[in-house]
Amino acid sequence: MSIRKIAATIGAVIVLGVLLMAVFAPLIVPHDPFAQDLNLRLVPPSFMEGGRSDHFLGTDQLGRDYFSRLIYGSRISMLIGLATVITSGLIGITLGMLGGFIGGRADMVVMFIITCRLSIPLILVALAVVSLVGSSLTVVVMTLGLLLWERFAVVTRTTVMQVRTLDYVAAAWAAGCSRSHILLREVLPNIVHHLVVVATLEMAIAILLEAALSFLGLGVPPPLPSWGLMISEAKDYMFFSPWVIMVPGVSLFVLVLGINFLGDGLRDMLGATRDA
Amino acid sequence: MSATIEIRDVAKIFRQFSGMFSAPRMVRAVDGVSLTVPAGGCFGIVGESGCGKSTLARLILGLHPASSGDILVDGRSLMAMPRRERARLIQPVFQDPFSSLNPRRTIHDIVGLPLAAQGISGKETTKRVHAMLERVGLRSEMAGRLPAQLSGGQRQRVAIARALVLGPRIVVCDEPTSALDVSVQAQILNLLAELRRDMGLTLVFISHNLAVVEHICDEVAVMYLGRVVEHASTDALFRAPTHPYTRALLASVLTPEPGLGIPDVGLGDSYPDPANVPPGCRFHPRCPMVTDVCRTEIQVPRRVGERVVECMLA
Amino acid sequence: MSALLEVNGLRVRFNEKAEAVRGVSIAVNKGETHCLVGESGCGKSVSALAVMGLLAKGGIRTADTLSFAGQDLRGLTESQMSRLRGDKMAMIFQEPMTSLNPAYTIGSQMAEVRLRHRGGSKREALDRAAALLGRVGITAPGLRLGQFPHQLSGGLRQRVMIAMALMCDPDLLIADEPTTALDVTVQAQILRLLMELQAELGLAILLITHDLGIVARMAHRVSVMYAGKVVESASAEALFAAPTHPYTRGLLDCVPIPGKIARGAQLGSIPGTVPRIPLGFQGCGFRDRCAHADASCATGVPAQSRAPGHDYACRLPAGWTTEQAA
Ligand SMILES: Nc1ncnc2c1ncn2[C@@H]1O[C@H](COP(=O)(O)OP(=O)(O)OP(=O)(O)O)[C@@H](O)[C@H]1O
Ligand SMILES: Nc1ncnc2c1ncn2[C@@H]1O[C@H](COP(=O)(O)OP(=O)(O)OP(=O)(O)O)[C@@H](O)[C@H]1O
Ligand SMILES: [Mg+2]
Ligand SMILES: [Mg+2]
Repeated sequence: MSIRKIAATIGAVIVLGVLLMAVFAPLIVPHDPFAQDLNLRLVPPSFMEGGRSDHFLGTDQLGRDYFSRLIYGSRISMLIGLATVITSGLIGITLGMLGGFIGGRADMVVMFIITCRLSIPLILVALAVVSLVGSSLTVVVMTLGLLLWERFAVVTRTTVMQVRTLDYVAAAWAAGCSRSHILLREVLPNIVHHLVVVATLEMAIAILLEAALSFLGLGVPPPLPSWGLMISEAKDYMFFSPWVIMVPGVSLFVLVLGINFLGDGLRDMLGATRDA
Repeated sequence: MSATIEIRDVAKIFRQFSGMFSAPRMVRAVDGVSLTVPAGGCFGIVGESGCGKSTLARLILGLHPASSGDILVDGRSLMAMPRRERARLIQPVFQDPFSSLNPRRTIHDIVGLPLAAQGISGKETTKRVHAMLERVGLRSEMAGRLPAQLSGGQRQRVAIARALVLGPRIVVCDEPTSALDVSVQAQILNLLAELRRDMGLTLVFISHNLAVVEHICDEVAVMYLGRVVEHASTDALFRAPTHPYTRALLASVLTPEPGLGIPDVGLGDSYPDPANVPPGCRFHPRCPMVTDVCRTEIQVPRRVGERVVECMLA
Repeated sequence: MSALLEVNGLRVRFNEKAEAVRGVSIAVNKGETHCLVGESGCGKSVSALAVMGLLAKGGIRTADTLSFAGQDLRGLTESQMSRLRGDKMAMIFQEPMTSLNPAYTIGSQMAEVRLRHRGGSKREALDRAAALLGRVGITAPGLRLGQFPHQLSGGLRQRVMIAMALMCDPDLLIADEPTTALDVTVQAQILRLLMELQAELGLAILLITHDLGIVARMAHRVSVMYAGKVVESASAEALFAAPTHPYTRGLLDCVPIPGKIARGAQLGSIPGTVPRIPLGFQGCGFRDRCAHADASCATGVPAQSRAPGHDYACRLPAGWTTEQAA
């Protein structure tokens, strides 16, 4: 097995694992993630000195079970990631197809919209919106979704333009197929592998952005456990209890890495049509 | 003979944007072509790379709107014809057997595509697809395969099956064998010739392989820089080429006959640019017989006996 | 006299599954054009690259003899090989765009070749480049020297490649399908140029092509390749007058020759397609497509000679006819 395949498999396992964790969170958690126990604050993980066997990853500054919070936090990360990709994907792919397929004036309009979007400072706007409207899960998803579509649009537009000129598309025109048929059945399946890569990339970016927003206190509101929020809350204790920042930090890193590995793997798999 | 396709002074000009502030380049890919393609024959179009052969083919297929002029089939304008009706009349076969089949659809779906576009589906499609595959020399089990699992020659057979499944009257072949090996090329040419006879097709056959054109075509048009410079029956054209470009073209055909050496074509090294058409006769910068008049006077097609030539010296 | 380039039993493989070249022998003499002809994938390019020591990574080359101007190429180090390449043996590729560096002008790329192998001043090298561009029929060579590859048409680029190959007065020129991407008129001009240069400089040319027309017009000697092996080798006249291997005959029947075959008549064709030959394959690689194959073809292929210098690899006797073989 090549290194690429191994990486893709690792990525798939990580993403699937986190996904299962998120879906079945209520069934797996050993403790209520919101239950505070001020007697047991900042308990180290069980494998460290001073750890307790009933708190696998220790507890946070309010005595909440860290492992349970981590698992519930994966729900937020996955939810934000997927919801953002779906929203931004819908917007970006639609715009990209319009520009790439119709061309001409439609393309100029699409290019103009993309350029406008590119000149918006992403973080600033996200911060402004969230601080104006107030932070909630929906607001974060909508903000990220409405801001992160440009890569979808650019990639869709260029790949559609390439595929559009291929002879099998010309043959479909000559066969009298409708526009929508050509776009959905002839063009789209042949650019999906590019879009999958963008989707994974965007998902990773959305997860990281959410973490950043939460870190700044503008993401999902406490007490919802998001990984970014956990990092944020942990930052005051990191010198004496480093695991409180390590645990969500490493989780975030591993998840983002896994998503990227998976994306590359999917591209290789879906893109291979020539030498099947 | 009744005319199937009548091309009337058709032009296609592409605008190429080279930058936001520079004027677009006007590429005169096809620049005033008039031709009459008789029914039931094989009509060859030859010429060097970039002279507008494929663009003309795409105009006939309705894949590009013409910038000016009109194309009629049986006296009906193609421009006004609904696409589905045109699909039943004219079908293409393209050069590259790799890019002309959608890599993600099965052979069955690819060949059945024109049927699907006409609203035919289900058993009827399967029946006709299988029959068509057998007709072009493929086993019907191939229907379940993907294009990647086929060789170049087999793919080209699939493309031919797709073109013929609706029973069109005209098939436009744009260099259908250029990407194939000689042994496979012979198989495909034989197949096309046989299908043409059996199904009463009119073939428009574009190629830069003159030996092939001479072998299968009845009439040939020679294109240069967007215009037809000579048009005659194959016999007449190959026996006595009249336009200086046709002569150069025929002279440079290397038949497999040893000892003849390489002919001197005498065309120089300047290459034509369709965005920058020379004044006067557009062939004059390369013409070995150029005179002063050629540099200034625009040439018009003239009828010389049975042929049409666009050269005042002819 | 021994040949300028002598190759015997050349084998190349890229992986454990298949062998791309399975024992090719070619000899190219000074002042002679040797054509290597065959269908796509039969190993023509790989053979040429193996001779030049330019195989892609993972390619393993073995040979019984591999000598150039009396020098054994097998033992040479990469740096010795690169001193030879572009100097005494030069190569022209099919697609001139990929072998010219788009970032440098024609002039600096041509001068660079000369300076690397022969030294001297840049001025001299540029003068030589201009002279050679003129020689290959390029008008206004001074202008072209300052241009970049993308500013030239395909035909011009190929001429530049030829001129570049001549910068160090090579003895051997390997041309891998130098005209396949070009128009017939340009092709004729380029090939004519090669012939003139050969007559003038006494070049040995190894010309790779799949066009039998080019073979007939250019070659002194021809080697027909099929599935990694030379199946027939003869002088051009002998090969076209008396093709002997069934594959050669099949190939010649496939091309329409005006006057020889009636218009619209069926062309001959070879059924089937080129097979992939696994490592350790026994017998004749053509047997699956051959109408005259019998059981003995699965075990071995006799090397036969029809006349001195006309060799072929087939069990059939030299003057076989279709009826006899059947
Ligand atoms: N969609 C397009 N946009 C802009 N220019 C185009 C377009 N299609 C073709 N052209 C230009 O029009 C000219 C004619 O092209 P065309 O493809 O018809 O040539 P051709 O005779 O088929 O050549 P070949 O033998 O290489 O296939 C070329 O200069 C080409 O660059
Ligand atoms: N780098 C490589 N790795 C693996 N296999 C290769 C490599 N290069 C060539 N081959 C294989 O070697 C065989 C011979 O290839 P080669 O390029 O020599 O063919 P050719 O005769 O030059 O064909 P063409 O006319 O298409 O240029 C082919 O089957 C090809 O797949
Ligand atoms: Mg073309
Ligand atoms: Mg090759």
